[in-house]
Amino acid sequence: MSKDLILRVENISKQYRLGTVGTGTLADDLTRWWHLVRGKEDPFLKIGDTNKRDTKGSSDYVWSLKDINFDVYKGDVIGIIGKNGAGKSTLLKILSRVTTPTTGSIKSNGRIASLLEVGTGFHPELTGRENVFLNGAILGMTKKEITSKLDEIIEFSGCERYIDTPTKRYSSGMTVRLAFAVAAFLEPDILIVDEVLAVGDAEFQKKAIGKMKDISSGDNGRTVLFVSHNMAAVKSLCSTGILLNNGEVLCKGEIDEVLQQYQLLNVSNAIDLNNFNRKGNGLCRVTDIAIISQDDDIKKTTFKLGEKISIKLQLNNLANQAIENLRVVIGVYNLNDEGYLRFDTKTTSSIIKISEDKESYITCTLEEHLNIKPDQYSINIAIFQGDDLVDYVNNVSRFEIENYDYYNTGQSIQDSELSKVFYKHTWH
Amino acid sequence: MANNNNIDWKFEISPKRSLFEFNFKEIWNYRDLLILFVKRDIVTIYKQTILGPLWYLIQPLFTSVIFTIIFNGVANIETDGIPPFLYNLAGITAWNYFKDCLLATSDTFKGNQHIFGKVYFPRVILPLSIVLSNLIKFAIQLLVFITFYIYYCFFKGVDISPNNLVFLFPVLVIIMGFLSLGLGMMISSMVTKYRDLVFLLQFGVQLLMYLSLVAYPLSLIQEKLPQLSWLIEYNPMAQIIEASRYLLLNTGSISLGWMLYTVTFTFVVFILGLLIFNRTEKRFIDTI
Repeated sequence: MSKDLILRVENISKQYRLGTVGTGTLADDLTRWWHLVRGKEDPFLKIGDTNKRDTKGSSDYVWSLKDINFDVYKGDVIGIIGKNGAGKSTLLKILSRVTTPTTGSIKSNGRIASLLEVGTGFHPELTGRENVFLNGAILGMTKKEITSKLDEIIEFSGCERYIDTPTKRYSSGMTVRLAFAVAAFLEPDILIVDEVLAVGDAEFQKKAIGKMKDISSGDNGRTVLFVSHNMAAVKSLCSTGILLNNGEVLCKGEIDEVLQQYQLLNVSNAIDLNNFNRKGNGLCRVTDIAIISQDDDIKKTTFKLGEKISIKLQLNNLANQAIENLRVVIGVYNLNDEGYLRFDTKTTSSIIKISEDKESYITCTLEEHLNIKPDQYSINIAIFQGDDLVDYVNNVSRFEIENYDYYNTGQSIQDSELSKVFYKHTWH
Repeated sequence: MANNNNIDWKFEISPKRSLFEFNFKEIWNYRDLLILFVKRDIVTIYKQTILGPLWYLIQPLFTSVIFTIIFNGVANIETDGIPPFLYNLAGITAWNYFKDCLLATSDTFKGNQHIFGKVYFPRVILPLSIVLSNLIKFAIQLLVFITFYIYYCFFKGVDISPNNLVFLFPVLVIIMGFLSLGLGMMISSMVTKYRDLVFLLQFGVQLLMYLSLVAYPLSLIQEKLPQLSWLIEYNPMAQIIEASRYLLLNTGSISLGWMLYTVTFTFVVFILGLLIFNRTEKRFIDTI
């Protein structure tokens, strides 16, 4: 690779103490000091749990980040993604020198500027112009740099008319616009950006993303580390990505791969269908779901784009008698919980009943082709009797649709990620 | 990637903290920020008040009047032929500078955590800017003092004159600045973890004022409570205020020995404060 290495993150870990600062802190401080005085290692570094926010841990110390390693090359635009509490912000704080790591080191060959928040240090009593200078200086610009860019900054913010009015008279949107404008004209070697695009109205967001793209593209594009929950923005801005989970790097590499891994994280582990402790009155329970290809009548988890399928439910009758008047709803969702397909016995006025036998089957046969976007999907099922919920399961039976030559052109569909549904069509 | 190990890195972030690691070049690079902070403090403090900077004058004048009534009117403290009002005003002007700097600098980390938590710049810029912006307030108050000085001198015919060494007065101001900066940085660092100090400081400053000769001469305490006079003599602020009055009003006493003590004390406090501050600034955001 001919690119220059500009930033290296080595074995970065960060430990935090939970709970409030109190006498326990003083006691720990004294213990720590006593160990250091005798030239021993800090005893609290050996303990600590990984940072899982939802489970009870055994000690007051957690590792918010654990052994993070990665290299950044000049011109890279890296998206850092992960769930809440994965350690993204802690990593950015360490990179931007707001706090230090507990262990490890970060080496860089350029000036790092961070945008963890727009408008840091804005004073409401100062005018827009004065705040531009103050905020710019806080972000590391010199007065000369700001003066030379002042006109551009004001123009980009769109607050020209208000520029000599105290910012306390601004609408919150205007403050944010002005603040982002200052940040957008920062010119460090490495720029660290945290969620700042989630501000302003739609027009301004578009402008902001456009500006970010300008910054990061071109021959001497800036190196950018970008943290966001906005997957569309990450996907359009970043070339590579790092996925954090519970303070550890889960995967890094091409942005598409990393985003896919992230989507998998969002799916909670498959629900055990034999565990009946779930919603509904339990007259009957779904015990198995099979998605079957109509081509070969085989249960599968991967289907070709345009394949015809049936969904077969196995039900366990717990009422010891025939159950009538059932309504069954099957929903197909992608991994971001966006609904794609919905099959409801009510809409087709189908009458569903199951016999008193212990096992019954209900099959939903699709008459159309499965012509939705190649992606991962999962199924939700709800069964009602009248107004009563009988059984409900969600996020089960994950399956994948893969790109295929649905249009019979001799190759699979190009740019398939840009369309949600595929219709066979002709041109004249 | 194997050959990447011998790259010369320009910057490094690591948990290792050297005690004497000061990046003066970095502070110099941020000088514009220092100036802007000073400007912000001055411009914004009396925004949307009618009297504006006049409050700079009203506050010491009223305090001085009250002190004159209590200490000189009621308690009958002798001020060695100097008009008591002027005598008190000199003490209060000097004390106010020290007090304002100390209180503001000791709030550095706690009061600015929203900025410090979001962006990096050399933290020491903030307490520096406080000491500098208070200097301007001090200058205005000094001007008031000079106005009354002239008034008493020419219109009341009181026989007062500055000492020949009055040109050394700025040195006293600088010592006060460094002393409050050093103490403030120390307290500010400790407050990040244990808030107890906030309460201690609140009444500590009150008490210190009475131990700092603001409204009475050192000779008085030596005469009336000789067993406790050491408490005041060892207080560097008492030495500074006594010395200011010696330079400005030619009253009281000054000794080279005690001045050397004050300078040494200030130097030690300042260096210690800088060390503690430097140590704290890197990770205080985790504990505050």
